[in-house]
Amino acid sequence: MMDDPCSAEDRPEANSSNPPSIDRISRLRSGLEYIGLAVTFLLATTMLLFLVADWYYTLSITGSPTAGWFISGFQGAGEWIDFYLGSDVFWLRTTWRSIATGVLIGVAAPVLGAFLIHRQMALIGETLAHAAFAGVAVGVLVVTASGSFGWITLHSGHLLYVAALVAVGVALGLQWLTSRTDSYGDVPIAIILSGSFAVGTLLIHWGRDFATITVDIEGFLFGSIAIVTPESARLMAILTIAVVAIVGVHYKQLLFITFDERAARVAGIQVDRYNVLLIILTAVVVVGAMQILGVILVAAMLVVPAATASLLAASFRETMYLSIIFGQLSVLGGLAIALSGQLPPGGSIVVVSIGWYLLAVIGSDRTLTGLSVH
Amino acid sequence: MTTIVDVTDVTFSYGEESALEDITFSVETGEFLGMIGPNGSGKTTLLHLMLGLLEPDVGEVQLFGQPASEFDAGHRIGYVGQRATDRTGAMPATVREVVAMGRTAHAGRSRLTSEDIAAIEDAVETVDVADLLDRRIDQLSGGQRQRALIARALASEPELLALDEPTAGVDADSRDRFYGLLGELNEAGITIILIEHDIDVLTSFVGTVACLNRRLYHHGDVHAFLDSEALSEAYGREHAIIGHDHP
Repeated sequence: MMDDPCSAEDRPEANSSNPPSIDRISRLRSGLEYIGLAVTFLLATTMLLFLVADWYYTLSITGSPTAGWFISGFQGAGEWIDFYLGSDVFWLRTTWRSIATGVLIGVAAPVLGAFLIHRQMALIGETLAHAAFAGVAVGVLVVTASGSFGWITLHSGHLLYVAALVAVGVALGLQWLTSRTDSYGDVPIAIILSGSFAVGTLLIHWGRDFATITVDIEGFLFGSIAIVTPESARLMAILTIAVVAIVGVHYKQLLFITFDERAARVAGIQVDRYNVLLIILTAVVVVGAMQILGVILVAAMLVVPAATASLLAASFRETMYLSIIFGQLSVLGGLAIALSGQLPPGGSIVVVSIGWYLLAVIGSDRTLTGLSVH
Repeated sequence: MTTIVDVTDVTFSYGEESALEDITFSVETGEFLGMIGPNGSGKTTLLHLMLGLLEPDVGEVQLFGQPASEFDAGHRIGYVGQRATDRTGAMPATVREVVAMGRTAHAGRSRLTSEDIAAIEDAVETVDVADLLDRRIDQLSGGQRQRALIARALASEPELLALDEPTAGVDADSRDRFYGLLGELNEAGITIILIEHDIDVLTSFVGTVACLNRRLYHHGDVHAFLDSEALSEAYGREHAIIGHDHP
């Protein structure tokens, strides 16, 4: 995982003059952060195991006893939750699939967001989500064509895979465009954002007459628990593992590039390759997250937890940790509101995350001056 | 003495606009070179060409004997750019994290070794920022930030230090201490290339001057520069006369 530049025992006694009360508060804060991270790690791991069990149970013709037992455990717990809350959703496997997807979004998106918001790339997520919407429309056509021409059998569960390919293509195009203009300027972003959405609406309208599958447009626009398919939940699981692993391995390089791209280039870091890596990861995470959050709101999960963390954190490492914790608190709080109140999950999650942000603004004397404006 | 940077017949344009024309000079080991010229004279462009950040339209730049654009031993160079190009004003990064960036080229994807940690500590002590290690860099004064960035550059244990107007926005006392530090580093054997807009300050500290305004008007000893017409030719006749006696 990520290196600590100097371990605690190596550190000069920079804080030795701090009053004992400040040291106590600092220790309490660190303790709470580590507890938050540990809980998030356990939760995310459990949800990953659930998705693996769900997948294995579906694959196995006779049904796997271990996977079945694991899934039954979730459904049993769901029945208890339904009993106490008076709801009728938690006993369903589909609900747990959606919760698992949400929890994993709450890890992957803030991890990337911590880099994006300090690289003037905050609205890249929004742009790529709009591209992914066009990708969903392309997916409808691809699924229809695969049935008509007898290619490999595709169904609506594969829509997000096609959307991910389209979003990655657009991400690479955007990277090329911005490298020609030397910045993530407003104009290329605005053109691609609106242009890809326009293509999406045209394709969906055009395909209505002959498409073999229907798409829940409102679900993709505003997010919906109902549109999370087993395949898309698995996609999010794979993406989360990939994002955490890649960021963990390349943390030093990504931090250096984020802080001072030119100095990183002089130091021999392959800045262009890392820029491409970051934008591709963003594209695929946006596609994975858009099922719960919706095209319109998905960028918030990249931006708001990281912005909240930046207000409170004492270091970039702490920004990463707090981003994940605030991302998780937002997803769990938002899903709880959405499930109990039968509200859209995207809006609920974003409102909760902005609530945390406002609390951080009130509790911090820092401002976000100089942060990304795109 | 070996040549660290060799610039030969270099011409560079931004589109139709010519930035540098027919520049030829070299930087030798242990040299303290100051690059000077009016705003828009091509100083930063030339430095970027020397570091391989840009490629010349015509001519050639060699860095440590390799074409600069293909140079891949980044750990041999310490670089501090103009303040506007980094994120020191907005990033929630501590001085410790910033200085550790200087070891990225050495460590690659591996964890920092005890050797890396020792280099970081040496750099921190050299520029006297040990008491700032756990402070966020966006909360430091201009002088403190620049020292932290120099510590980052020194942490890579560079043979060449390239500095682009490192004291812009820094108060006069901090600036003088900073240049005193650069003098000590140069005496310790580090080759330094410095862009500085203040002619008076620059000629007080460096040993060699490259004076340019699109073309190279002077390259050589600072005394010869002060005795020459290069400054008035590069800046125009109306430019103020340097007001100090160089030792």
